[in-house]
Amino acid sequence: MIAKSRLLTSLVLSVAVLAVVGCGKKEKPVAPVETAPATGPAPTAQLTATPSSITAGDQVVLSWRTTNANTIFIEGIGDLPSSGVKTVTPTVSTSYHLVARGDGGSADATARVTVEAAPVAVAVANDGTGNSMSADEQFHANVQDIFFDYDSYDVRPDASGALSKAAAYLASNSSIRVLIGGYCDERGSNEYNLTLGQSRASSVKQALVQAGIAPDRLRVVSYGKEKPFCTESTEECWQQNRRAGFSIDR
Amino acid sequence: MTALFRYHSRVFALMLALAVLALTPAHAQDWIRIGSSLSNQRIRLGAADAKPVGADPEIPAFKASFDATLFNDLSSAGIFDMVSKSFAPPGTPGSPQEINLPGWATEPANASMVAFGALSTANGKLTFNGWLFDAKNPGSPQVLGKQYTDNATLDTARLLAHKFADDIIARLGGGLNGIAETKIYFVSSRTGSKEIWAMDYDGQNQHIVTKLGGVSLSPRISPDNSRLAFSSIGKEGWSIRMYSLDLNRMVAFPAGIAGGSNFSPAWSGDGAKLAFSSARTGDSEIWVCDASGGNLRKLTAFRNNSSPTWNPRTNGQIAWVSGRTGLPQIYTMDSDGGNIVRMTDGGYAISPSWSPNGQFLSFSWNRKYGPGAPGGQDIYAMDIASLKWLQLTHDSGSNDFPSWSPDGRHIVFERAIGGRNAIWTMLADGTEQHELTHSGRDFMPNWSWK
Repeated sequence: MIAKSRLLTSLVLSVAVLAVVGCGKKEKPVAPVETAPATGPAPTAQLTATPSSITAGDQVVLSWRTTNANTIFIEGIGDLPSSGVKTVTPTVSTSYHLVARGDGGSADATARVTVEAAPVAVAVANDGTGNSMSADEQFHANVQDIFFDYDSYDVRPDASGALSKAAAYLASNSSIRVLIGGYCDERGSNEYNLTLGQSRASSVKQALVQAGIAPDRLRVVSYGKEKPFCTESTEECWQQNRRAGFSIDR
Repeated sequence: MTALFRYHSRVFALMLALAVLALTPAHAQDWIRIGSSLSNQRIRLGAADAKPVGADPEIPAFKASFDATLFNDLSSAGIFDMVSKSFAPPGTPGSPQEINLPGWATEPANASMVAFGALSTANGKLTFNGWLFDAKNPGSPQVLGKQYTDNATLDTARLLAHKFADDIIARLGGGLNGIAETKIYFVSSRTGSKEIWAMDYDGQNQHIVTKLGGVSLSPRISPDNSRLAFSSIGKEGWSIRMYSLDLNRMVAFPAGIAGGSNFSPAWSGDGAKLAFSSARTGDSEIWVCDASGGNLRKLTAFRNNSSPTWNPRTNGQIAWVSGRTGLPQIYTMDSDGGNIVRMTDGGYAISPSWSPNGQFLSFSWNRKYGPGAPGGQDIYAMDIASLKWLQLTHDSGSNDFPSWSPDGRHIVFERAIGGRNAIWTMLADGTEQHELTHSGRDFMPNWSWK
């Protein structure tokens, strides 16, 4: 039975090959093209909020990019240029809704920011005793993910707050050793992304060393795109994956 | 229109190069030299179904497996125009006395060559007596006559067909050995963790090799088929690990551990050296060492270097991926780190594989890479000397990790369509693409050297 179906496969394949060879001189079949209205090209819109999860009082960077649009706004914020960056400080969880309108129609994009109430324990994090937070919770409240631009391993200016907070926490908790994981989004090669994740984690390690943390407390590992935090193929999800993440190195 | 013309002129250039390669060996058969170019006219080959001999009830199953495997091997070799089974003259020839050569030589079969033979069992052994006859030379037709035998199993039926196919290809293929007995190693997550798997070149006999749990990547088989190098994540980070296919177990490779960031190993063509990416000094650089791990040294000096591949012809050059100027590009250097040449002129270029004759690099390239850019990630082949390239895949998913077959006529690669990664194979000119794996998610194929 298997052999029969294999024979059939071979026959079908050879017929398919003949068909391919037969059209070798012709233009290859045209891929389906997105239909655009006759009035102009359809606009596109992308919006990211970084980080997408914060503690109340922290800042979020909204960055957006649009094409083929002449009216661009985020609801609740107002009109905007075609691309740019804006810092906001939401106090409650918020969905930012970007609308781009042009001659060819309209496009929109949404980025959600989850806001946690500020933990009281942060102020006494280095106390250690009588604290309701576990060591891991304290660690993660103080040492937070650092996010990166597309194909970049440069620590962005908007990460300086998170880095100083992490350095301060690690300076006052000198027994903690840290594993810095470098992560990438799903695009590109597994192998090359491992080197990119390596460079991201190394950049963060260098920044912490410059802030006074002993290098032998900081271990670096790249996960490339092997351990994604978020698995959707959207820019918002990709941004969450382009990061250096921290854990206690036990 | 110009682009189309350029595309076709490149196809022609590559086919020409392949044809030149195929015609080069001095011991090529006479009729190849007097025939027209292999690239333009394939050899018209008939493969008769094997004649079953004896009353063994298992023979029909062996015969079915043998016939299908032989026809598939010859069809996918890239150098034959196979006579459809329905065009074969009546009868099942099992010996030179039984072959109806005029029937094969004339319409509709119109074969230049005919392969035929008889399959029999005796004392637990399966035997195939096979012949290859020149249908246009009835006076002295025999090109090949050989007996193949091994323990009688279905796997053996396939193996005997592979061996017969390789012998036919060795005689008609311009002196290049066939690939019917080669293996493809790859990564699969079908057990839940990413492990190294192996299969026959035609996708049959898929089986797991490593069982480490976690994530293992980038399998590279040694040229003598004895060891499998790959990278795997453990408590100390990423290491280059070794699996012995002779011992069927992991063997130590201490040189591949330091720093916790060791990726993408590559064997030199003589099996004497390994190149790999390591961040043991901080940044990901290309390192080389002896196969034993000795003589370890660093070749590159900028960030983000990965995916080395040796020129298997000379073992004197390495191509690799570097992000030293931003997006990753393909570079070549001498194996001492000197004479660095950038090969790609932009976009996002990754995963080089050096062709067995040393003449071409195949790699994955997104020529219009960027946020919102329309580029696709496709497989390309580039002529090293001229930097002229040919796009081999078009408009079909996201393609990565090309790996050349040892005859240089085929390329196996990873294609992701809608989030499902699978292993595909094609001829080196991009034609005859088909999927080899039909299960789970499969990645990073590597074709054995023999």
